[in-house]
Order: sequence, then C-alpha cells, then structure tokens
Amino acid sequence: MKTENQKAWFFVLPVLLLVAFNALIPMMTVVNYSVQETFGDNVFFWQGLDWFQQILRSDRFHAALGRQFLFTFLILIIEVPLGIAIALSMPRKGFWVPVCLVLMALPMLIPWNVVGAMWNIFTLPDIGLLGYFLNHTLGINYDMTQDPIAAWVTIVTMDVWHWTSLVVLLSYAGLVSIPDAYYQAAKIDGASNWSVFRYIQLPKMKTVLTIAILLRFMDSFNIYTEPFVLTGGGPGNSTTLLSIDLVKIALGQFDLGPAAAMSLIYFAITLLVSWLFYTLMTKDDQN
Amino acid sequence: MAKITLSKLRHSYMPNPKSDSDYALKEIDLDWQDGGAYALLGPSGCGKSTLLNIISGLLIPSEGQILFDGKDVTKLPPDQRNIAQVFQFPVIYDTMTVYDNLAFPLRNRGRDEATVERRVMAIAEMLEVTEMLGQKAAGLSPDNKQKISMGRGLVREDVNVVMFDEPLTVIDPHLKWKLRSKLKELHQRVKATMIYVTHDQTEALTFADQVVVMQLGEVVQIGTPVELFERPAHTFVGHFIGSPGMNILPCTYDGAAKIEGHPVALEGPVRGTPTGKTEIGIRPEFVSLTTEGLPATVTKVSDVGRHTVVECNCLGHKVNAVIDEGTAPSKGDQTHLAFRTDQTRLYVDGWLATDPE
Repeated sequence: MKTENQKAWFFVLPVLLLVAFNALIPMMTVVNYSVQETFGDNVFFWQGLDWFQQILRSDRFHAALGRQFLFTFLILIIEVPLGIAIALSMPRKGFWVPVCLVLMALPMLIPWNVVGAMWNIFTLPDIGLLGYFLNHTLGINYDMTQDPIAAWVTIVTMDVWHWTSLVVLLSYAGLVSIPDAYYQAAKIDGASNWSVFRYIQLPKMKTVLTIAILLRFMDSFNIYTEPFVLTGGGPGNSTTLLSIDLVKIALGQFDLGPAAAMSLIYFAITLLVSWLFYTLMTKDDQN
Repeated sequence: MAKITLSKLRHSYMPNPKSDSDYALKEIDLDWQDGGAYALLGPSGCGKSTLLNIISGLLIPSEGQILFDGKDVTKLPPDQRNIAQVFQFPVIYDTMTVYDNLAFPLRNRGRDEATVERRVMAIAEMLEVTEMLGQKAAGLSPDNKQKISMGRGLVREDVNVVMFDEPLTVIDPHLKWKLRSKLKELHQRVKATMIYVTHDQTEALTFADQVVVMQLGEVVQIGTPVELFERPAHTFVGHFIGSPGMNILPCTYDGAAKIEGHPVALEGPVRGTPTGKTEIGIRPEFVSLTTEGLPATVTKVSDVGRHTVVECNCLGHKVNAVIDEGTAPSKGDQTHLAFRTDQTRLYVDGWLATDPE
C-alpha cells in the first residue's frame, strides 16, 4: 500500500525559507529597482527595460566588462598551468608533504582586504620592499599609482600570489589519487614524461581541474576587495573592473536603477559562462 | 622471448638490513625456461609481488642478479627490458580509444603506422576485441579493460616475458573462468614466457606448467601442479594447496613414526636421523574410515557436492578425510582412520624427510 500525501513538503520548507531570505528576496528587490526610477521618499516610476538598454549600450560598461574579461583571462592563463606545474613538482610522500601543503594554504587564509593592503605597501616606490627594489636597485620606473601597466601587473601578480594555491591543492588531490600501477604501466609501455602527463595525469585531474577553473573564474570575475584596496580602480579607470564600477554607480552616484540592471546583467554573464564551461567539460562523461 | 635466471637474489625495503627477517626476499635462485607458463603462488605478503617488480625492473634488488638469456639486466629500466606486465586493477588510458591503447607501446617505440596497424589488428583478433577498437576505452567493462591491458603487453613482437599480477582480482566470478582459459590459449599461441602471480591455488594450478610456491620471502617448492599436490616439499605447501589442505599431525620418531604411541607406516625410508619437530603429513583424499586403525570421533560432516569432508578428532588432533561416496558417518560416531601408506609422509621441521619406496 502506498500512502499519498503532501507531508514531504514540510521537510523542504526550512531550506526553502533559507534560500528565500538569503537569495530570492534580496534578488527580487534588485529586480524591482532595475525596472523603476526613484528620487527617494519611496516614490517609484516605472521604467521598463530602459536601464538595461542604457547599460548594454554604454561605453563605460563595455570598457569595464572588457577589463573584467581581460583580468579573468590573464589570471586563469597564469594560475592554471602554474598551479598544475607546482602540484606536479610537489613530493607525493614523506616529511615534506605536510610542509608543502601548509605553505600552499597560507596565502588563501589571509583576508582579502589584508592582501590588498599588503601588496599596496609592498609595491610603494619609496618605502615598499618590491617598489623600492624595482625603482632604486634595478632602476625600473615602477609606480602603479601613475602607470596603468604597472597597476595591471600588480593586481594580476597579487591574484596569482593569493589564489594559485587553490589550483595547486586541487590538482595535487587529483594527482595523489592516481594508483602507482598507472605509472608502472606507462614505464613499461615506454611512455615519455609528456605522454604520462597527457594520458594519465591530466585525464585523472580533469574533474578537480574543472572545479578549480570554475571557482577561479567565478571568484576572479566577481573580484572587488583586493583591487579596490590596491588601486581603487585607477590610475584613471584603468583597473576599474565590473564590480568596482558597479559600486561606483550604486553608492558613488546613487543611481540605483542602472546599478540594479547592471547587477543583473553581471550575474547573468557569470552564470552563463560558468554553465557553458561546465557543460563543455562534462559533455564527454555523459556519452 | 628469453630464459630468465635469478641468481642469488635478495631484497630488502630497508636501507641497512641486518637480520634475515629484514629481507622481503631471501636468497632466490631460479631458472625460468623460455616459453614456459609459470605461476608464483603464495599468501599475501610472501614477497611474490616484490619478486615480480624486480623482474619487471620497477624495483632494483639489494643483492643478486637477473639475467635474460644470460645478459645481466639487473639495473636496466623497465622499458629497456622488453617485458610486459598486467596489473591487479586494469590500467587503461581513459582518453584514448581501444585501438590507440593497443598501439601506444608500439608508437612510443617509434614503429611505423603500417606495423602498428598489423600488430594491433592481430592482437585484437586474438583477444576478440576487434569490434571495440573504435570505442573509448573508458567505457569498457572490467574484464574487457583487463583484456586491453593484456593486449598492450602482447602487441610487441619482442616481449621477453609477460607478467600477470593477480589479474583476475576485479573480474566477476563467471568471467574469471573465461578469461583464464583465454590466457592459457594466448600462451599457447604467442609462446612467450609468462609469469602469473596469485594467491589463488585454482588460478595457479590451471594456468601454469610449473608453480613456484613462496612463503615469507622464500621459495618453498617448485613443481608441476601434480607434484605440489602429491609430494608437498613443505608442510606449508601441503596446507596451502588442496581443499581442505593436508593433515599435519605431530608425531614421534624412533625408527618408526608414532602418533600418541600408535605406530603409523610411512611411504618409505626416512632421510638421515630426524632431529627437531617431526610431523606426519597425509592428504584428506588418502584418509579412509575403517574398522581398525587410529581411533577417532567424527566432529563435523560437510557435504561439498561430489564428495563429503569428514572432520574427526583423532587422539586429540584434527584430521580431515574426504569420502567419495557410500555411507557417510554422522556427527559423534566412533570410528577408526587408516592412512594410505604410499601417501603418508614424514616432515622434519616442516620439510619433507621421506622418499618413496
């Protein structure tokens, strides 16, 4: 006998409430702002999709979006191969394993704004260790408050320093899960080091690497704190990434409507890219 | 293909082995003839995998030499020894097709594509995997994966020896038998020397012409399956091979063997004067229930199909008897046991000490 009733819904209720309060309701208020104009005093005027059109057509948004993609592209292209390379060269057993793991985990444990402040001081031309060294010892003219290139080099380096460990740790987890027999078989088959990497290590790391790239994409695409503390988006607008621009519009200019529309577009882009990437990476497994 | 000689081989995983017990392998001298099918049989931890890894070159022995056709290969890396190894868990290059998997060892050695194709097709046909060649290897069933890893070993024409390290561990029982006969058939077709490591006596005895039984890093006996069954050189072999294993009964020896004062006739003369622990070994197959002989009480009767195993308490010792047909006793029965004289052997400190008449 099968009893049919709707009691099971009660079990879903707590989660539903939680999701509603921490995601759905805040998100709906943003949707609400994005289609209206307000001059304060809780007076709203219906705008339809005007804000969306305005944002999508604005050069300022295009420029910020371009910088955002460039930043994410740069850090991924550096952090992923570098992370894999470090994971490959880490010892698999013995005394140095925990030492390496702790050293790797350290940068990730530092709060984001502290990382920004650290690199800010580190790169100051007059008193910062790196800034002084570059300017006075090597004689390279380096000042990220003046030079956009220097600013970009600094924020990319900072992100690499902060987050390569994540790729390292995930790749390492994938590597240590490969049974010895695979390496032994490859040796017997006469495989080169490159073949071992290409046909054994890389395929076995694929799942964790997918997760690592996805996490790094989302985090770097939404990055705010570190560049805000480090460069504040400058010099000029050269390091004004999407999130920094968004905060400028929302809190600096108090343009709630356009800011809300931009938030939604921003969210949609992150979601779309993540989904595309994940679908492509897992397509093979389903066949 | 080659004859393999192991000369004074010892191996320890410790940097400075001191006593004998520090060695995972204790002094092994062995000759493996070209084209033979051998099995290395022993319980887990007896050193058989260590020995296998030394032959394949994955491990360099602490002492001694390995010769392939008289040529010293002790220090050569695996890829220069022309050996093949099949592991416990199938090793497959997941991202490649079955064809590419089979072609991999040849391509790594720079063979031209025409040769590669000829060899791959021949091996695929032998293993009956031709229709899977275009498929991704990742999606295969465990037994097919294991076939492919075997194929990667056999695809090279110049393999000196193919080694199997418990290759049927992950295979379903009903496919084990099939794959085992496939292996036997392959051996007859390719005529390569094959070494099969296992702790399963059925696998060893059905596959090999010669079985090497190992215990605690030592070779205890080398022989054909029949020799191992009929004349175990050591009580361990007697125990380990056969189901149930050989009955080993402590006895005294003063010109005649006696179990708790009851004389027992042996197969023939005893070598030298036994000093040390003396035991009588008799296979359950050669114990019969009679009206006279050693007094015993039946403690357990198990019907295992074709025959019945009767467990008795004989003068305080456990003795198994295999009764073919007819009247099986029941638990608690008083009976007498007779040992077939030509199958009753004396062991001194574990080692066989009698010769046949």
